Amino acid sequence: MAVKISMKVNGKAVTAEVEDRTLLVTFIREHLRLTGTHVGCDTAQCGACTVDMDGRAVKSCAFLAMQAEGASITTIEGVAKPDGTLHPMQAAFKENHGLQCGFCTPGMVMNAIDFARGNPNPTEQQIREALDGNLCRCTGYHNIVKSIAAGAKAMAAGK
Amino acid sequence: MNAPLIGARIERKEDYRFLTGAGQYTDDVTLPNQSHAVFVRSPHAHAKIKSIKLDRAKKAPGVLAIYTGEDLSKLGGLPCGWLITDVNGQPMKEPPHPSLAQGKVRYVGDQVAIVIAETEDQARDAAELVEVDYEVLPAVVDGSKARAKGAPQLHDIAPDNTCYVWALGDKAACDAAFAKAAHVTKLEFINNRLIPNAMEPRVANGSYSRADDAYTLYVASQNPHVERLLMTAFVMGLPEHKVRVVAGDVGGGFGSKIYLYAEDVAVTWASRQLGRPVKWTSDRSEAFMSDAHGRDHHTVAELAMDKDGRFLGMRVKTTANVGAYLSTFASCVPTILYATLLAGQYKTPVIHCEVTAVFTNTVPVDAYRGAGRPEATYVVERLVETAAREMKLDPAEIRRRNFITEFPYQTPVALQYDIGNYNATLEAAQKLADVAGFAARKKASQAKGRLRGLGYAAYIEACGIAPSAVAGSLGARAGLFEAGEVRVHPTGSVTVFTGSHSHGQGHETTFAQVVADRLGMPIENVDIVHGDTSKVLFGMGTYGSRSIAVGGTAIVKALDKIVAKGKKIAAHLLEAAEADIEYDRGEFRVKGTDKKKMFGEVAFAAYVPHNYPHDKLEPGLNENAFYDPSNFTFPAGTYVCEVEVDPETGKVTVEKFSAVDDFGKIINPMIVEGQVHGGVTQGIGQAMLEGCRYSDDGQLMTGSYMDYCLPRADDVPSYQVDTRETPCTHNPLGVKGCGEAGAIGAPAAFINALTDALGVKDIPMPATPQVVWNALQKKN
Ligand code: FES
Ligand code: FES
Repeated sequence: MAVKISMKVNGKAVTAEVEDRTLLVTFIREHLRLTGTHVGCDTAQCGACTVDMDGRAVKSCAFLAMQAEGASITTIEGVAKPDGTLHPMQAAFKENHGLQCGFCTPGMVMNAIDFARGNPNPTEQQIREALDGNLCRCTGYHNIVKSIAAGAKAMAAGK
Repeated sequence: MNAPLIGARIERKEDYRFLTGAGQYTDDVTLPNQSHAVFVRSPHAHAKIKSIKLDRAKKAPGVLAIYTGEDLSKLGGLPCGWLITDVNGQPMKEPPHPSLAQGKVRYVGDQVAIVIAETEDQARDAAELVEVDYEVLPAVVDGSKARAKGAPQLHDIAPDNTCYVWALGDKAACDAAFAKAAHVTKLEFINNRLIPNAMEPRVANGSYSRADDAYTLYVASQNPHVERLLMTAFVMGLPEHKVRVVAGDVGGGFGSKIYLYAEDVAVTWASRQLGRPVKWTSDRSEAFMSDAHGRDHHTVAELAMDKDGRFLGMRVKTTANVGAYLSTFASCVPTILYATLLAGQYKTPVIHCEVTAVFTNTVPVDAYRGAGRPEATYVVERLVETAAREMKLDPAEIRRRNFITEFPYQTPVALQYDIGNYNATLEAAQKLADVAGFAARKKASQAKGRLRGLGYAAYIEACGIAPSAVAGSLGARAGLFEAGEVRVHPTGSVTVFTGSHSHGQGHETTFAQVVADRLGMPIENVDIVHGDTSKVLFGMGTYGSRSIAVGGTAIVKALDKIVAKGKKIAAHLLEAAEADIEYDRGEFRVKGTDKKKMFGEVAFAAYVPHNYPHDKLEPGLNENAFYDPSNFTFPAGTYVCEVEVDPETGKVTVEKFSAVDDFGKIINPMIVEGQVHGGVTQGIGQAMLEGCRYSDDGQLMTGSYMDYCLPRADDVPSYQVDTRETPCTHNPLGVKGCGEAGAIGAPAAFINALTDALGVKDIPMPATPQVVWNALQKKN
């Protein structure tokens, strides 16, 4: 069954007709062609699909598109400033080599931004626990942890 | 003009696009008129296909076509790229490996049909309606049972499920060494089967253009040219110039994306039948049952010593489970990449290794990060550490006593190490790990009721595969050189095309550092292009930590040609003799004078050749080079792992992990450290968490992240890493490669630490809490 949905994505209002079973991640990737949000699993365990929904990091593969009706969504494409300047968390990942193949990265960054809002000065242990829902096969997490610590500080300092 | 770029921690050029969601992974490519494919896979480990009924599925909404093995029967099977000759001089058994099953399925996940529809959901729905009538056959999944009497037979041409029995080394000399040993240490263990799990699942999108009678395949691959070569020459019988393979941004490989897979062939072939592009995107569950797996050895290993712990000989017998069919490089992993590494860092004078490769009803097994070398290191380093304990020697001391200290060194298992300094990495690792403070830390753990252990692994690997002539004599069916092209643009900026491929390694940065450093220009002026057969002249791709040592050297050779030509042009412009021109950091100078031309001026003259030595030189500044290495490179190092065990629960915590590697010259230490972190984590994953399991009837029990435990951030610590440097002697950069070391050294270091903590001789991998707890119960 086709349903009509409308939401805000990266600040822009979008309306579309989709099949009721369409996942939010599919809507974002296939209908809106925002391919920065990735799909790494089919059991909601890898976090590659993480987006921000109404100020909270969520796994977009675990929602139907229609469950996001009326929501405000930010994907990785909407994180940097319009002039292209990286968000402090993105910059921290770059400075600390917090990514290799880049596939897990959008999800990591989206989750990290949400985490850092509530944890401006996190410990290593807190960061590692916060990453429980995000898998990375490349970095061994070492530099992701460093990146998030640095990014959280930078966010708190209002950079 | 610039600070040296080689050795600098430069932030990666590729990161901006990955961090802003602008990466272009294969699934991000959607072509006009795109159709979508889903595969029908076998739910049985071993069965005859009695019939396939497609009528209902074909009528489902959106369905465009469904093809089965019958439709593809004219295509060749998926080839194996390495011929192993067995102990009797016979070629290994190579059963046909069809892209879609021909009458029989041999593992859960084997492809039976491809269903193509307008949307992926429609293809999935229709796939559910395909009715396959199977006659289920008994299955064998355990490699050590594959040759047992009465075991189910997979392939008619491979009696006893045996692919080959192969051996290396002097058996008689080895037996003689054992006969005079003062002590023999013996271990029997399984090197567990792993599922690679690059975070980006495989994707293939084939398209055919009638106008050009040509195909394009977008595929998540580590080596697009090899993929094209195998697919055109061996499977589809197409001329290569009619096939373009594009592997853009690839989300991790670890070996699993080296191979030519059935799905790649099927979508490419189908795109022509349909006249529409056909895309298949693996979901994770499919990846677990269709990406080539890694390791799966059953090994008995012995080390003979004199009374002082000096090694006299090593004897190894391994059964390698290669799965249901031979994957692209399956045959060389447990032989050429394994037995040749059994000397490790030691002067063991005689070594004999026998490997039996067997077929089972499991996913094909092939190279996974380290490929053969982790298995070899595990054998050697578990034996050495156990021997030290049995002989009451300090584990560092027994290593020191046996280290190779003079180079070049010819091992008894075919390799010749060019250089190394094993004492240096061992000593540095001991310092970094604060081995001296271990006793106090162990006491502190005891006071909390915890057990603490420390273990070493001093690994070696052979990287930069390979001298083609050597590889050829050992059975390789392809060359193993690398190609590079340096294109200087008229105003002096540079595009470099490399046959290496980055799927996370950061070539766009590392290679640009090399180029910018050699030419003396800002790194912003250099871009690296890879992963497209229509752009890059040729390539053998990235695996075996070969990119910088082989691919980087090809680029350096091309750069040398650029500079040589530039000198000729500069000599003309400066009215000087060519022999008097020197090139230094962006300037062609006449020796001993202040007369000079900038690199950009020379490039401009090459493309606007108004004043140009036309009689001697062609215009333009563009050079290719192919580089075939003269030897392998031999990265080596020492890892020290320290674990704490909670005896109540069996939970193991990696408290400290210290890695000191000798990768030769390092181009970008930041990237190299990242490779070590990632590799070590995969190694700890193998030792502590990851293990592929099949039920006896061949059902995959570990088919999702709920059952297959990939390391998460809170499973591993932060690492201490450092390097020592003995530059490789036979490539101009002095580099050795760093991609696999972590995965090679870490499992043995971890298990050595854990067995030390528990006071047991051995423990199987993965040492999950349950395994550890059981071991403690058994001991007490
Ligand atoms: S794709 Fe959403 S958690 Fe893996
Ligand atoms: S960077 Fe490759 S999966 Fe995280």
